[in-house]
Amino acid sequence: MSIWRSLPVRAKTGVCLFGFFALVAIFGPVFEPFNPGFENQNPSFSLNPPSLHHLLGTTQLGEDVFSQVLTGTRLTLEVSLLVGVIATVLSVLVGVTAAYLGGIWDDLLSLLTNVFLVIPALPLLIVLLGYLSNQGQTPTVIVLAGLGWPWGARVIRAQTLTIRNRDFIAASRETGEPTWRIIVFEIIPNEISLIAANFVNTVLYALGASVALAFIGIANLTSFSLGVVLYWAQNGNALQSGDWWWWIPAGLVIALMGTSLVLLNSGIDEIGNPRLRSSRETGRIGGHRIWTTDPTPVLSQLTAPRGRVGQFAHAFSRSSLLDRAATKNHADGAAEAPAATPTGGEIL
Amino acid sequence: MSFLLRRLAFYLVAAWVAITLNFFIPRAVPGNPVQTILSKYPDLTPQAYKALSQMIGGALQHGSLWSQYTAYLSDVFHFNFGTDLANFPTPVSQILSQAIPWTLILVGTATVIAFLLGTLFGILAGWRHGGWLDRSLPVLMFLQAAPYFFVALILVYFFALKGGWLPSAQGYSAENVSPGWTWSFISNAVEHSILPAGTIVLTSVAGWMLQMRNVMITTISEDYVVAAQAKGLSQIRIVYTYAARNALLPQLQGFGLALGFVVSGSVVMEIVFSYPGIGYNLVQAVGSKDFPLMQALFLVITFAVLIANLLVDLIIVLFDPRARTKEAK
Repeated sequence: MSIWRSLPVRAKTGVCLFGFFALVAIFGPVFEPFNPGFENQNPSFSLNPPSLHHLLGTTQLGEDVFSQVLTGTRLTLEVSLLVGVIATVLSVLVGVTAAYLGGIWDDLLSLLTNVFLVIPALPLLIVLLGYLSNQGQTPTVIVLAGLGWPWGARVIRAQTLTIRNRDFIAASRETGEPTWRIIVFEIIPNEISLIAANFVNTVLYALGASVALAFIGIANLTSFSLGVVLYWAQNGNALQSGDWWWWIPAGLVIALMGTSLVLLNSGIDEIGNPRLRSSRETGRIGGHRIWTTDPTPVLSQLTAPRGRVGQFAHAFSRSSLLDRAATKNHADGAAEAPAATPTGGEIL
Repeated sequence: MSFLLRRLAFYLVAAWVAITLNFFIPRAVPGNPVQTILSKYPDLTPQAYKALSQMIGGALQHGSLWSQYTAYLSDVFHFNFGTDLANFPTPVSQILSQAIPWTLILVGTATVIAFLLGTLFGILAGWRHGGWLDRSLPVLMFLQAAPYFFVALILVYFFALKGGWLPSAQGYSAENVSPGWTWSFISNAVEHSILPAGTIVLTSVAGWMLQMRNVMITTISEDYVVAAQAKGLSQIRIVYTYAARNALLPQLQGFGLALGFVVSGSVVMEIVFSYPGIGYNLVQAVGSKDFPLMQALFLVITFAVLIANLLVDLIIVLFDPRARTKEAK
C-alpha cells in the first residue's frame, strides 16, 4: 500500500469516486428494481416523487428513474471507456509515428493533429452524426474516437521526440532491431504514465461529448444512457414542471463521474510535478501560517501567533500586558522593512 | 516566414480542411441523405430540389466530383450557403445573419469574462498556494466536469423557476420589445443573457484557474522572482509584473486551443435556454434534417473559432517579445 500512501489526496479521492461508479456500472443493473424501459400504464404512477417503492421517483410514462440511472451509468461509462481506449491507441499511433519517422511524415501528421485540434469537435460531431443518426451506438463510438485523438497525439509526439534521441534507442537501432520493435518495446513503455494521463483526459472528453450528443437527441433514444435520460426529461418538461427527481440524479452522476476524472488527472499532474502539491508543503511556524512565497518570518512576528479568537482570549490574560508593547513595535516595523530571504518553506 | 504569417497560413489550411470535410461528409456517409430529405419533405419545389443538390450533391448533381467541389468552394467563398429547407425559401445566409450576433456577443463576452476571472483567481491561488482559494479548487472542478447544459438546467431551476428573478428562456421577450438599438431592447436582452453567460463563466472558470495556478506555482520558484523578492519589491509588483506576466503566455496559448471546447459546450447550452443563437439553430437543423443549414452552421462556428485563435495570436505577439523578435527576422 505504499504507492497508495504516496498518492496525492486529490488522486485518492478521484480513484475512490471513480471506483464507486465503476462498481455501480458493473453491478448496478443487477439490483435494478424495474426494467428501465418498463412503462407503468397506470396514470397514478406517472411523475411520482421519490418514495420507498421508487427510490428516485418515476417519469411521465411511469418508468423508474433509479433503474434508468443505474443502466445509464453502465451504458455511459461503457461508451466513454471504449472511446477512451480507441482514441488513446490512435493518439499513440499518430504521435509516436510522427516523432519517430520525422521529416515530411512529422510535418504532415503534426499539421493534421493541429488542424483537428483547432476545429471545434462537437459541431463536427453533430454534423457527422446528424447524417448517421438512428444507427445505434457504433457510429457514435467510432466518430467520437475518430475526433478524440489530437490532444494526446500532440503531447505524445513531444515526449517521443525527447526519448528518440536517447542512447538506448540508438543502441537498439545499432543492434538491428526493426522499427516497430523499437517503437513498441523501447519507446512506448517509457511513455506509459503520459499515455495513462491522456487516457483519463480522453475518457472525460468522451463522457462530455456522448452525454451532450444524447441530450440533443443524436443517439439511440431507446437505450437509456444518462444523456438519453436527460433528453427525455427535457422533452417531458421536467424542468418547468418542477420534477427535479427526473433530471437531477442523472446529471449529478455525470458531473461526479467527470469530477472523479478531473481529480485523477490533477493527481497525476501532481505526481509528475511535485511543486503542484498543495497544503502539505505549506507549514506553520509558531502557529503562523507560512506561505512558500513569504519572506522568512522574523522572530518578533512569531511571538504573536494567535488568530482572532485566540487574540480575544489572550487579551484577558495577564501576560497580554507584557507583550502588548512588543506587538506594537512589530506592527510599526513591518510596514517598512520586508525581510530578505524569500522562501520561507525551506526552513521547515 | 514571420510568426503571424505562419499562423495565418495554418488557419487557412484548417479552414480549407473544414470546408472540404463539409463537402465530403454528405457524399461519404452510407445510405443516401438526399433520399432521407426527400422523404421528409415530399412536396419539394424544383428550386429547393436544385438548391439541395448543390449543397449535398450525391446522385442529384451532375458533373464530376471535381467540378462539384470547385463550385462548392466558390459558393462558400461568396457566403452562398444555399436555401434553407425547413423554412423554404429563406436563404441560409439570412438565418445565419440573424443567429450569429446572439451567440457571438453572448459566448464572446462570457468567455472573456471567464478567462479574466479564472486567470486572476489562478494568480491568487498559485501565489497563496494551499490557501483557501486553492483549496476550493475541487468544488470548481465539479463545476468544470459537469456538462454545460446540466449547470444551465440547475441555474434555470433555482434562479428562474424557483426564484423568479431572471427570465428562463429566449434571447428577449418578444411580446414586450422588438429588436433594435433601443434601451428597452438592450436591457431586456442583457437580462435574458445573464443566466446563459453565468453558465459559461461558472463551468469554464475552473479550467483557466487550474491552468494559471499550475503555471504560476512553477513560475514563482524561478530565480528572477526570488531576485525580485530579495530586492524588496512590493508583493503586488512581484505577483503581477514578475510572476503573472510570464505565466500568462502559456495561459494565452491554452486559451486558443480550449476555445473550441467552450464553443462546443455553449452550443448545447443554448438548447436549455432556447437562446436564438447558432447552437439552437444547429440542433433544430439536425432534428429536422435541414442539412444545408446544419453544414453552414458548422462552417460558421469553425471560422469563428479560427478567427478568435488568430486574435489570440495577435495578443501573444503583443505580450511575448520572443514572438516579436521572430517577427523582425
